[in-house]
Amino acid sequence: MPKFTPADLDAHKAKLLAATAKKAIIKVGLNTCGDAAGAQPVMAAIKEEVAKAGLDAQIVKTGCSGMCALEPLVEVSVGGAAPTQYGRVTVEAAREIVEKHVKGGRVVEAFKVPSVGEMSSEKPVPGKQYRIVLRNCGVIDPESLDEYIARDGYQATKQALTAMTPEQVISELETSGLRGRGGAGFPTFMKWKLTRASRPGEQKYIICNGDEGDPGAYMDRSVLEGDPHAVIEGMIIGGWVIGASQGIFYIRAEYPLAIERIEKAIKQARANGLLGKNILGTGFDFDCEIRLGAGAFVCGEETALIASIEGLRGTPRPRPPYPAQKGLWDQPSMVNNVETLANIAQIVLRGGAWFGAIGVGRSKGTKVFAVTGKVKVSGLIEIPMGTTLRQVVMDICGGTSSGKPIKAVQTGGPSGGLIPENLLDTPITYEDLGKLGSIMGSGGMIVMDESDNTVELSRFYLDFSVDESCGKCAPCRIGGTQMLRTIDKIVARKGTAADIAKIRRIALTMQRGSLCALGQTTPNPVLSALRYFESEWTERLVPATKK
Amino acid sequence: MTVKAIINGIPIEVAEGTSILEAAKKVSIKIPALCKHPDLDHTAACGICIVRIKATGRTLRACCTPLENGMDIVTHDPEIVNVRRGIVEMIMSKHPNECVTCSRNQNCELQTMCADFNIERSDLDNIVPDLPLDETTRAVTLDPRKCISCGRCIQVCQKDQNVWALTFMERGIETRIAPAGDISLAESPCVKCGQCSAHCPTGAIVEYDEGPDVWQKLMDPELHCVVQIAPAVRVAIGEAFGFKPGTNLTGKIYAALRRMGFKAVFDTNFGADLTILEEGTEFVERFAHGKGELPLITSCCPAWVDFMEKYSAPCRRPTTPRRSRPTPRRSTWSRSCRARPKSMRSSATTT
Repeated sequence: MPKFTPADLDAHKAKLLAATAKKAIIKVGLNTCGDAAGAQPVMAAIKEEVAKAGLDAQIVKTGCSGMCALEPLVEVSVGGAAPTQYGRVTVEAAREIVEKHVKGGRVVEAFKVPSVGEMSSEKPVPGKQYRIVLRNCGVIDPESLDEYIARDGYQATKQALTAMTPEQVISELETSGLRGRGGAGFPTFMKWKLTRASRPGEQKYIICNGDEGDPGAYMDRSVLEGDPHAVIEGMIIGGWVIGASQGIFYIRAEYPLAIERIEKAIKQARANGLLGKNILGTGFDFDCEIRLGAGAFVCGEETALIASIEGLRGTPRPRPPYPAQKGLWDQPSMVNNVETLANIAQIVLRGGAWFGAIGVGRSKGTKVFAVTGKVKVSGLIEIPMGTTLRQVVMDICGGTSSGKPIKAVQTGGPSGGLIPENLLDTPITYEDLGKLGSIMGSGGMIVMDESDNTVELSRFYLDFSVDESCGKCAPCRIGGTQMLRTIDKIVARKGTAADIAKIRRIALTMQRGSLCALGQTTPNPVLSALRYFESEWTERLVPATKK
Repeated sequence: MTVKAIINGIPIEVAEGTSILEAAKKVSIKIPALCKHPDLDHTAACGICIVRIKATGRTLRACCTPLENGMDIVTHDPEIVNVRRGIVEMIMSKHPNECVTCSRNQNCELQTMCADFNIERSDLDNIVPDLPLDETTRAVTLDPRKCISCGRCIQVCQKDQNVWALTFMERGIETRIAPAGDISLAESPCVKCGQCSAHCPTGAIVEYDEGPDVWQKLMDPELHCVVQIAPAVRVAIGEAFGFKPGTNLTGKIYAALRRMGFKAVFDTNFGADLTILEEGTEFVERFAHGKGELPLITSCCPAWVDFMEKYSAPCRRPTTPRRSRPTPRRSTWSRSCRARPKSMRSSATTT
């Protein structure tokens, strides 16, 4: 394919949109979640049936639409009608759907589930899904550059590179109020501005942090798998703004499909003049490569991530100097989370003001959550900031799967905390979740019902963090283990009130004394469980003996 | 360029880039620090040196945070002291209680820190790992149980010495120092320079102690024990015995060694003179008569020679002299005193 100029890109898009669609479109969700649920044989069966019946149908593999609990998902649209979503599709069901719906034009009610279109709204309304980051997930074939281009793909790159200055992009980001989606919530425009201003003219790097590792969280994987070009666009625009010629995707090796799709997308972009020398004929040179994380949670911390790329032990180092000053190979570097980068193109295209109008207070835009645990419909959701936790659990995810009352919701994974049922009307913002002793985090959300035990849940998270401690600094390395031993004592009903005091003391030492956020936040799940569910702890204690 | 800031209410102006730890010293405020060695870069490992930034309430490490304009810092408050104490307690919980039999006893930074914080007992579990000693080099003894993961030895071995014999293995609570690949130190690239032991704050890496062996030999009536002392020892030893630094104690050392039971005391000075003559002759041959390559680099230090052999093998032969160590002439002495060479034991002291 020839390399695109800005005019070519528009012409190509117009051509794609004008092309006559096939009579029927069948989409099969083939992210890791679909694959695990058995979507591959379903796909094969659909292909077979369509070929056998000689139907005029386009069969598309898409990313994840979010309803992971209902995988394998198949979406059918015949003759331009609104698509119908089928869930938990077996091979037999797939054959039936092709026979009855694709061929016969009758919806098979038995397998029908609500579609993403029904679940999300046109306008951002708190309590309803609204898709910016996930707009293409489950909709397009992530391995098709054409499908991405037909959905405004690379228009933002064109817009930024040909019609804006880097300062204008930064200004739009400032207006948008976008904050880092990895969890810390640092204003994105500030990071971009600082890295742009740092040592101008020198080699710089932009790094995509795809080292998602919280238990129960898979937002970034889903975006990388479902809409890889959107993240690449974020990288190109970011690289252009800060003055980087090199982008690096740091993706954990446990995400083989994400790696494969990003790899393919990079090759496609390169072949079409969207990456490499002279992007879109603008004279901007920028290319991306992939580095694999070898399974250390701490490598999601930006300085540890940089050390890992350099081939060193993945351990954090003190900041300052920040990566913007001295990052990868000692050069100015900017590390952005996958979800943050996936927002960039839409902000550039639709303007910072549009994005800034979504959300509340200092928390703007939407947030993707991976909702798991005891909910009826677990999966990926994207909601405007300010939506309450109760709306997410009850309205969007259908309440508890067991029918029992909700006990608590855990956000922020091992760095976050438990939020009890009586506080579920809290709006989801960085500030509000922080006040409750939890954090926004990267988007893990685990729902617990009355049968769950907070002592054991917080022990699980602590065990995870202890296992993932890099071992560099004493408070995290030793404190975590000592706290875990103390909790084990309480779980074994051998603990006393002194052990609770000991946990609090160790927690303070870890929070104040640890070098990086992993150690500083490790006590959070335990502290929040103690804060809201103290009786579950005290009832396990041995009464103090009188001296 | 200087920066102006406030530490514990005291205004201070220091050169840009000065760490909070160093800056505080200038106004006579001691911030306790364990992993930071004055000669090395910070490793930011222990967290004992945390201080509070008044404006935000955040705690930062003083060792690795440069003082910035306008900073207002508190180095001591009840919470900070409690956290520091907590960290020392944690480190102690993973460190064997073997002070009296440790060669670093009374010369141990961890022991001092523990005393400074009056830590006499702790309610933390004892979680000392069960790890084997590595004495394979017979130069340094590595006891990973006593390691507090300060990272000094690794920094000095990798960055300063460029030897890369030591590294961290495992992670989290299992983190330990070892040669990469878990081989023995003797099999590793270690050149026995001793910088790791010189910088170790505890007894995790110490000089291999030949003392008990020497005493054993001295007490064996069948053996004929001789000793030699290196040039530097006669002066360096004084301080440990309360002499003014720089006092020459050659005579006292000879007498003391004799009283210990050595049959003869040699002086490495003599061997060194011979070595210098040899080296000089070789240099003249190479330089004036063109017999051999130049440059000629020489050192009596076995670690230096080991380093050259391991890391600069191609230039070793031509650049190092044929004889570079003032080793004792055992056969010469045994002939003159009629001792059987097999019954002779020789000890050497170096600094």
